[in-house]
Order: sequence, then C-alpha cells, then structure tokens
Amino acid sequence: MAMDKLYEFLTGPALWIAVIIFVGGLAIRVAWLFGLSQERDKPWHDFKDAAWAWRSIIHWILPWASVSSRNQPVFTGVVWLFHVCWIGLPLFLGAHNMLFQEAWGWSLPSLPDAVADWATLVVIAGGVFFLVRRLARPEVRILTSAWDYFLVLLALAPFVTGWLAFNQYGPYGLMLNLHIFLSEVLLIVLPFSKLAHMVLFFASRSAIGYEFGTRRGARVW
Amino acid sequence: MTAEAQKAAEETKEQSAASPEPEAPQPVDVGKIKSILAANEGARMRMWLSICSRCGLCAESCFFYLAKDKDPKLSPAYKAINTIGKMYRAKGEVSREFLEGCLDVVWGQCTACRRCTMYCPFGIDIATMIVTARAVCYSQGIVPDGLARTTENIRTSGNQMAMATEDWIETCDWMAEEYGEEVHGLEIPMDKQGADYMYTVNPREPMYYPQDVGMAAQVFHVAGLNWTMPSTGWDSTNLAMFAGNKAVATIPVKAMYDKALELEAKAIVITECGHAFRSAKFEGPYWLGIPGGKPPVPVIHSVELFRDIMRDGKIKLKHKFKHKVTFQDPCNVSRNGGLWDIGRELVNLLCEDFVDMTPNREHNHCCGGGGGFIPMGPPFKKRRMESGKVKAEQIRATGATHIIVPCHNCFDQINDLNKEYELGVKVVSFKEIITELMEIPESMIPPEEDEEEAFEAEEEAKKDAEEEAMEEAGEVQGS
Repeated sequence: MAMDKLYEFLTGPALWIAVIIFVGGLAIRVAWLFGLSQERDKPWHDFKDAAWAWRSIIHWILPWASVSSRNQPVFTGVVWLFHVCWIGLPLFLGAHNMLFQEAWGWSLPSLPDAVADWATLVVIAGGVFFLVRRLARPEVRILTSAWDYFLVLLALAPFVTGWLAFNQYGPYGLMLNLHIFLSEVLLIVLPFSKLAHMVLFFASRSAIGYEFGTRRGARVW
Repeated sequence: MTAEAQKAAEETKEQSAASPEPEAPQPVDVGKIKSILAANEGARMRMWLSICSRCGLCAESCFFYLAKDKDPKLSPAYKAINTIGKMYRAKGEVSREFLEGCLDVVWGQCTACRRCTMYCPFGIDIATMIVTARAVCYSQGIVPDGLARTTENIRTSGNQMAMATEDWIETCDWMAEEYGEEVHGLEIPMDKQGADYMYTVNPREPMYYPQDVGMAAQVFHVAGLNWTMPSTGWDSTNLAMFAGNKAVATIPVKAMYDKALELEAKAIVITECGHAFRSAKFEGPYWLGIPGGKPPVPVIHSVELFRDIMRDGKIKLKHKFKHKVTFQDPCNVSRNGGLWDIGRELVNLLCEDFVDMTPNREHNHCCGGGGGFIPMGPPFKKRRMESGKVKAEQIRATGATHIIVPCHNCFDQINDLNKEYELGVKVVSFKEIITELMEIPESMIPPEEDEEEAFEAEEEAKKDAEEEAMEEAGEVQGS
C-alpha cells in the first residue's frame, strides 16, 4: 500500500530530518545571534541581570500581566490559550506518547482523549480568530503580508489534519500522512521564520528587560 | 468654473509645468548607508526585524495614531517596516526619493518616546529602529532644517545655540547679581574644584530664559550645596542625537565628561530637561566607547537632586503650593529614565493638591514635542499641534490649574498646546515653584531691603491673589 510506505517514510527518515533541522536550526540561530550580540550589542551584555530578564518575561508570558495585554483582553486570552494548547498538545497527546513509548521506552503523561480533542478545537478556533482579526482590524491588516497568512495556516494545519484523523473524518490513511507531513514542514520552517519567536521571545524580552530595567530602572510591561 | 477654481487650476498647471524641469537626480552614497546599517545590525536588530508577528498591539500605544483617528499608517510597526525595514530589505540600495519619504515618517511621525516598545509583546524597540533610520537619512543630508542647524552649531561651537563662552560666563555673573538681590551672598561658582555637583543646562536658558539659571543658583545656594557651574561642557542637551549624527553627538557629551573629570566633580546634574538626561547618562558612554556603558562621573537629573534637597529638609517652604497641579512625565525622565516615582515624591513634597494624568508614570504619553520636534520648527508645527491633542486632552481631564514640567521640550510644547486648545493652565518648572515658596534663611536675607520696594511687591502680590481668587470664582460659576 502506497499510504503505508509513505507513512513509513514520513515517520522514519523524514521525521529525523525534520527534527534535526528544527532543533539544529534553532540552536544554530540562537548561537549565531548570541555571538553577534557580543560584538554589536554591548548594552545587552553590559547590563545583563537575571532578575530583570525574568520580570520582563513573566509579565508577558502570563496573560493580562502587562498594561498592553490588558488593553486588549479578549485577544490576550485567545493568544494565551492558543499557545498553551499549541505547545501542550503535541507533547501530551495520548497517541503521540504511545509512539514515544514504542520508540524510546518512555513517555510523558497523557491527556485524556476528550480533553485533547477539545484543546485541538481551541487551537483551530484561535487560529481562525487570528485570521479574522487580521482581516478585520485595519492596523493589523495593513501590516499583514501573504506570508503572514500562510504561517498562520501552516501553524494550524497539523491540528486540523490531526483532529480529522483522530475523529476518522475523511480517509484516515491520507489524513494521518498529511498530518505528519505538514507537521514536518512546520518543524522545518519554524527556525527560519518569525515562528522562531518560540525561543527568540525569551532572548528579545530579556534584552529589553536589561535595556529598560537594569540600565534605566524602568519597567517595560 | 468659479474664479477660485480657475485660479486653482492654473496654479496646478503651473506646478505641473514646473515639476518636469530636469532636476539632476542626486545619487545616494550606498556604501555609507550599508555601513550604518551593518553597524546597527546586531542580534537585537536582527531579531526585531524577523520576529515581529504583525499583531498590531503597538498601534494603540502611539499618540500619533490615537490623535489622527487611528490611521493605521501611523502605527509604530507600519512606520518601522516601511522605513528601516525596507532599508535592510534592500540591503541599503535605496533611492534618494525613498529616503526623503522616510524623513516625513522618522521625524514627522515619531518622537522616539519609546512607548511602543513597552506595548510590544516581544519588546521590540521600535523607537531605536526609527532612530537608526534617522542616522541613515542624515548620512545622505536628509534631515529637517532645524536639526541640521543645531547640529552644525554643536559641531562649530560645542553647544546647540552657538553661544560664546564669554556670553555664557557673563550671563551667569549677571544672574548671580540679579538673583543675589533676593538671596544674600548668592554666587554662581564657576569651575570650582571638587564640588559635589556640576550643574549643566540647556543653552536656551542662558539665551532666552536666564532666570532659569538664576533660580537654580538660588535653590542650590539656599540648600547649602557645594556646587559649580562649568565654563565649558555646560550644554547637556544633544540635538545631534535626534538628528541621527553620532559623531557630532559625542562632542557635547565628551566636553561635559571631560570638564567634570577635570574639576573632580562628584556628580553631573542635568537641568530640567529630558533628552539631555538620556544623552548624558545612557547614550553618551556608548558613543564614546566607554567600557561598561556608564558615564565616568555619575549623572543625576534635577528631579533627583531637588527631591533630595526637599526630602532632607535642606530647603524649607513657607507653605506648600496651593493650586491644583498635575505633572508631566517627560519620556526621557520617566519611561526612559525610571524617575517617575521620584518626580511624584517631589511634587508631593512641594504641592498640596496633586492630581495625576491618565495614563501616567512610565505609561504617560509623550507631549508631542520630543525627539527633536520642537527645534524642527514651523514646518512641523501644525503636525505637532495635531498630534498633541492626546496630551491636551489628558491635561484638560485633570482639571489642574498648573502643570509641572521638568523638561524644556515638554515645556514649549505644552505652552503651545495651552494656546491651541485653550487649556487655561500655567506651565511651571520645579525650580520656579521651589524658589517661589522657599524660606530664605535669615543669614541670606539681604541686609538693606528697600522698604518701599518690599511694600510695593507685597501690595502687588495681594492684588494678584485677589485677581486669582476672582478668576477662580468666575470659573466655578462658568462651569
């Protein structure tokens, strides 16, 4: 069966390649930026301070902990739920953990399937909300390029296909392979796109925490 | 066609006839642009350019955006993407026409107040990106005339108004004499060695508002400080910073640091000015390449020194200021200086009835006159008044009769807004309030007071107070 062969390829060599690019790409990007910062971002290094980095991060990683995020409470709530589910689902999904167990002999705790099912819908609904917001709000629409729409869709794609496959809507084999394939595309694109904010968020927030906090004694949230 | 329309049509024709005149296309020095972009392309710049997720949260932070019916083209992200963003994207290969368009954005639509930086989830320092775009424009001679002039003044004379050293010293002597009439023994010690404080000013003080120099001297003298005025390096302002010319921006900072080191002053005090504080305390050390990024002599703002003086009881007040006051947070004192609480502490030490603006502290809006806007002069005045609407409304909502403003740019801008929006407030500095209300110690009361003069002054003060009371009563009736 073609689907089975494809599945084998996607969960075999393709997965390895995707994971290596994802982890390696992010690691190299971070290391390279760090090296560059030592040469060209002197204030960053002159005013390093863990406490200000932490404060700068925590006020923006928790919902409604900054004035800016409180000014747009609904958006902030959706953003927060979206991110929690987006990161949590792939790690704690029962089906994924069965695969981890099979491959490595260990696994993370698993979410009940019903919860995971709803969390997937939260991600999809959140993504749709972002797309609608992008179109509806003039100050967001004017900033948005085709690539931005594509990235939202790409970030949603594994969740849509995964949800369809799990609920056995449509041809299961095809959905499953699509789910894996699109996830791998996402992993490969992530380190080289703005989705790299997954890790660079922490670097960027730390830098501004030093700049305002350590250097000027000022808050930035 | 009406006569007016006809005239307009003719004018348009004239203009269009004039425009195709073969104007030699001035090339840009791409190499220079590339080198400026490269020097600023650190890890932060790269991150900022690449991770902005186009969420639009910065828009609501910007008073230009708010004042102009939320025009999406005034959102900070839009301004950055279409200026500095495009410069990097084109790897510096941009046209003169493009840079001229940028001038309108990076100077005419941004005061580098950095409020957007606080409103960005990723902490992208949009204002710093805009300032980099200014440097690129400046390198090609594209800069508002007002800033070009002041930059040239700094380059040739060391201060932004090209004031001669003799004139500066003379003004100090004159003020010492004038203000010594109220405070006996007042002097303005010039170039005193080993003083605790070396006071620096904005050249507009000796040039146009010499009383500011006199009042500061009174405050320091009555407080019994060991202070000095430097004969050189006295201009702590830095409009070259806002013009985007780092090379010239180092000149006044270096002169100031050098003088403080030469005099072995323990601290440099910055007058009630916002951007001077930013330049002297935060940016200067990097322009000069000082390791560690800190000035060689500690830099403090007047707000800090005045607070210390009042808190420690070095000056006693006859009574507190009785009118309802509000306080303007200059961007470079509060948001970018971390002094918002000290400012409020000082206001409360001096005034009975303080009402804050909304929003306030580090979230306060820029007055609209910062980032070089005031010296950019008449061509930008209309825009300055339009974008100042946000500040005007903030002030009006407080119901205050007085506004304390520890920054010259804010001072001028709020005075202009006061007229434009008929706010009916009086704009004052901290030193004005302190000198008005301070108790002069007996030893400093001038020995031979002309009794007649004193009597007259008293009468006048009484009359003023009556008038004010009547005005207030009228206002109450009116509302």
